[in-house]
Formats: sequence, C-alpha cells, structure tokens
Amino acid sequence: MTLAPPHLPPSPHVPSEAQRRRAAYRRRQTVTSVLVAAASTAVLGTLLVVAVTGAPGWDRVRASFGDPAVARDALPEVLTGLWLNVRLLVCCAAGALLLGLLIALARTLRGPVFFPVRALAAGYTYTFRGLPLIIVLYLLTLGVPGLRLQGMPSVLVLGGLALVLTYGGYLAEVFRAGIESVHPSQLAAARSLGLTYRQTMRHVVLPQAVRRVAPPLLNDVVAMQKDVGLVSLAGPIDAVRAAQIATAETFNYTPYIVAGVLFVLLAIPLIAVTDAVTLRAARRQGRSAR
Amino acid sequence: MTLLRCRGLRKTYAGHVVLDGLDLTVDEHRVVALIGASGSGKSTLLRCLNLLEPLDDGTIELDGQDVSDPRVDPDRVRRRIGMVFQSYNLFPHLSVLDNITLAPVRVHGRSRAEAAAQARELLDRVGLAAKADDYPDRLSGGQQQRVAIVRALANSPRLMLLDEVTSALDPELVGEVLTLIRDLKAEGMTMVLATHEMAFAREVADEVCFLDGGWVVESGPPERVLGDPTEPRTRQFLHRIIEARRL
Repeated sequence: MTLAPPHLPPSPHVPSEAQRRRAAYRRRQTVTSVLVAAASTAVLGTLLVVAVTGAPGWDRVRASFGDPAVARDALPEVLTGLWLNVRLLVCCAAGALLLGLLIALARTLRGPVFFPVRALAAGYTYTFRGLPLIIVLYLLTLGVPGLRLQGMPSVLVLGGLALVLTYGGYLAEVFRAGIESVHPSQLAAARSLGLTYRQTMRHVVLPQAVRRVAPPLLNDVVAMQKDVGLVSLAGPIDAVRAAQIATAETFNYTPYIVAGVLFVLLAIPLIAVTDAVTLRAARRQGRSAR
Repeated sequence: MTLLRCRGLRKTYAGHVVLDGLDLTVDEHRVVALIGASGSGKSTLLRCLNLLEPLDDGTIELDGQDVSDPRVDPDRVRRRIGMVFQSYNLFPHLSVLDNITLAPVRVHGRSRAEAAAQARELLDRVGLAAKADDYPDRLSGGQQQRVAIVRALANSPRLMLLDEVTSALDPELVGEVLTLIRDLKAEGMTMVLATHEMAFAREVADEVCFLDGGWVVESGPPERVLGDPTEPRTRQFLHRIIEARRL
C-alpha cells in the first residue's frame, strides 16, 4: 500500500465537465445577446432617421438649425461666451460648496450662544431654496448697484454671488444630510477618546459625511453649469447670449445648436467624474456593509 | 486605593428608570464584571461613567475628583478613561494606525512619529502588526475589536470600560479578544466590563456585580455570586442562563 506524501503541492485546477458545459452555454448566450442588441439598434435608428428626414418641413428646419456656414461664423463668439461660463462655474461652484459646508456646520452647532447663528443658517436655507434664481439675480445685479455705494463690485461678481447664494442653500442641505448620516456610535467612540466636539466633527464626522455625499454634490455642480449662463440677463455675454446675438444677426438658429453641443461636451467630463465617484462610493459601502 | 466611586446614580429615558440609585466602588488594579439581563442598565452605567450620558442624579468620583460636577470639562475626564464598544466603532475612513494615533496626536498633542511608534508597538503586542496600514473593513470582527482595545489603550487610560466586547463576535473569534483582556488584567489595568460570558467573568473578575431593576442587587467574589448567590433574583437569572445553554 502506498500513501500520498503529506504535503503534496496543490495540482492546477482543471474545470469539471459541468463547468465547461456551463461556460460554453454562457458564451453562446453572449453572442446571441450582442446580435439581438445590434439588430434592434439598427431598426430603431433607421426608423428615427426616416421619420425625421422624411418630415415635410425637414429641409427648412435643417437650413435654419444646421447651417454649417453659420455655425462656423458663430463659433468664435460662442466660444468666448463659453469661456465666461467655465470661469464662472469654477468660481461659483467653489464658493457655493464652501458656503454650503459652512451653513451645514452652523446648523449643527449646539449651545445657547449659537442660537442666532443656527436660526440665521436655517432661515437662509429656507429662503434661498425657495427663491427663484432669476429673482435673486435681478435683486443683486439691478437692485444692489442702485444703492450707489462706493466700491461696488462689477455686475459679473454680483451675478456670481446670486448663483453662490442660491446653490449654497441646496448644497448646505446635502452636506447636512451627510453629517446626519454618520452613525451616533461614531460620535460616541470619538468623544470617548477625549476628542472635543470640534475635533470629532473635523476628524471623524466630516470626512465620512463628505465622502458619502460627494455624488449628489457633484450632481448639483453639473446642474449649476447650465444656470451660470443666467448672469447674461444682467449684461455679461455668456455662450447662450452670444448665440442669441448671432441668431439675431442672421435669422438662423444654428448658433443655438453650436452652444448646446458645446455645453454637452463641457458637461461630459464632469458627469463622468460624478459617475466614477458614485461607483467608488457604492463599492466602498458594499464592502463595509459585509 | 479607590479609583472610582459612584453613589446614587440615577438615569431615566423618557420616564423609564434605567439606573435607580446605583452604588459602585472600584479599587485600582481590580476587575469588576457587570452581569444582568438585557436592559438591566449595564451599558447605560458604562456610558454614564464615561460622561457620554448626562446623569439625572448621583455622583461619580474618579481619583477622588467629582467628575459629575458640571464645571468639570468632560473631555479631560474621558482622556483618562478608555472605552470599548460592542460594535467596535472603528473609524472606517482611517487606517488601523490612524484610528489608534488620532487621540494621542489630537488630544494629547504627541508628535505623529511618536504616536505611530507607540501604536505599532501596541499592535505588535496583540499580534496585528501586519494590519497597521489596512482599513477596518478588511479586518475580521475579532481583529477589529482588538484594534478598538488598542485604540483605547493608546491614551494610557487609568480605567477601561468594556461594553459586551465579545457579543458581536463569531464564537471562534471570542477567544482572541478574551486573551487580550486577560493580558490587560495581568498588567494591572483597572477594568469595568459588562459581559454575558459567565465563565469569563468567573475567571477574570475580582468582583461580580449583578444588576437588576436599576441597581446592584448582589456583588462579591465571582465564586460566591456565580456559584452560590444569596439573592433570589440572581439565582433566577443564572438559572435562566444555564437553561439557555442546554438548548
């Protein structure tokens, strides 16, 4: 009788007959799925193209919305306007995120000394989440300069301020939801180590809260990108306003299409970042839930 | 020497009395085990001792200082008390090392390098040196709980409060945590621990307190309280536990 040596190295894994059959079946299924998807996309695409281009007014619409010559002429102005959108977005998003965080923190302050701060912060989020952006814009860009104060900032800065104030209210609530989503046992653990309330917020609660709400925060920044153009109501020329001016000169709407395409192109990287952050957050949550 | 002396502790939640005039004295280097049914106030007592819950009455003296005086800064008191929770409560966004060094660096103002060296030494002692740079979600329950104990020890506390630290663990992981507590006792750490592990209480505790109805019904050496209790309520509780084990 022979005995196997006690520490035989593990032999390489050979898939069983059943596993090989399952793998072959899944491969066949994948090929079928791809073919079906390709066929249905082709059918739907053809139908759409036929329906749109076959419409009685298609030639007129194409001429007034898709004229390549008009698009080429309008592009420089629209791009100049878009550069204003980008600069405004960067500044206003940073400002609104900071303001939102400060307001959310103010609402978590405890103790009688901070009652006015808490009340002010709560009043702010109630007011500016309810107030339409356009009204805030008019108040700040038309009303405030009317005070004729010394050292009045430019209309652009005031318009940006209107955006920061409006979006700050939304972002504050997102931050607050994140802060409140951190389990009380985390606070208890931090306090039991002797950390003060502030240290607990700074080192334990906020890092977890911000990570959790990063996806919705970025989503609001994507939404903000479309609204920064509204400052043009007060004078500064953004991409949409530049397209409008170009349209007024040629009576052709193609510049709007140019601006729209540029906006979408601008949004794609931001949306991609948002999706990546969301995915990472979901993966991390899933792992720690185990 | 008496390290902790509580008199007449009272705590209510929305009219429900959890602690009802509880007295407890813990001498230095002694281990006191709190036993009792769920809801008998073991966890509440530990949270009150760490000033995580405001008292409704009574006094707590630590090292002769009345720490229940509202003029005392609770943050300064908690630095001298280590607490370990049933659900570990490690900070998920910090590595094991950063979990441990957070309080030494932020509260005690030590340098990061000094705190890290001390943390690595402590981790090495509990056999987790290799896990220093991992995040808590990569650790087993038993490993997380040992890190939580090390995190509390890094503050060099005078007193450790352990709240059912093995209740959330799989049976095969309970042993590694109990071994660590045994080591702490051997080093002379003063501890108050709430536990459901009667065998462990009998082995490690110098004194066992049976809580019921918001106060200590019976206390004394573990052999007497667990082996030959005089109070009917203690007998009934122990009897129920033995019955449950048989199932």
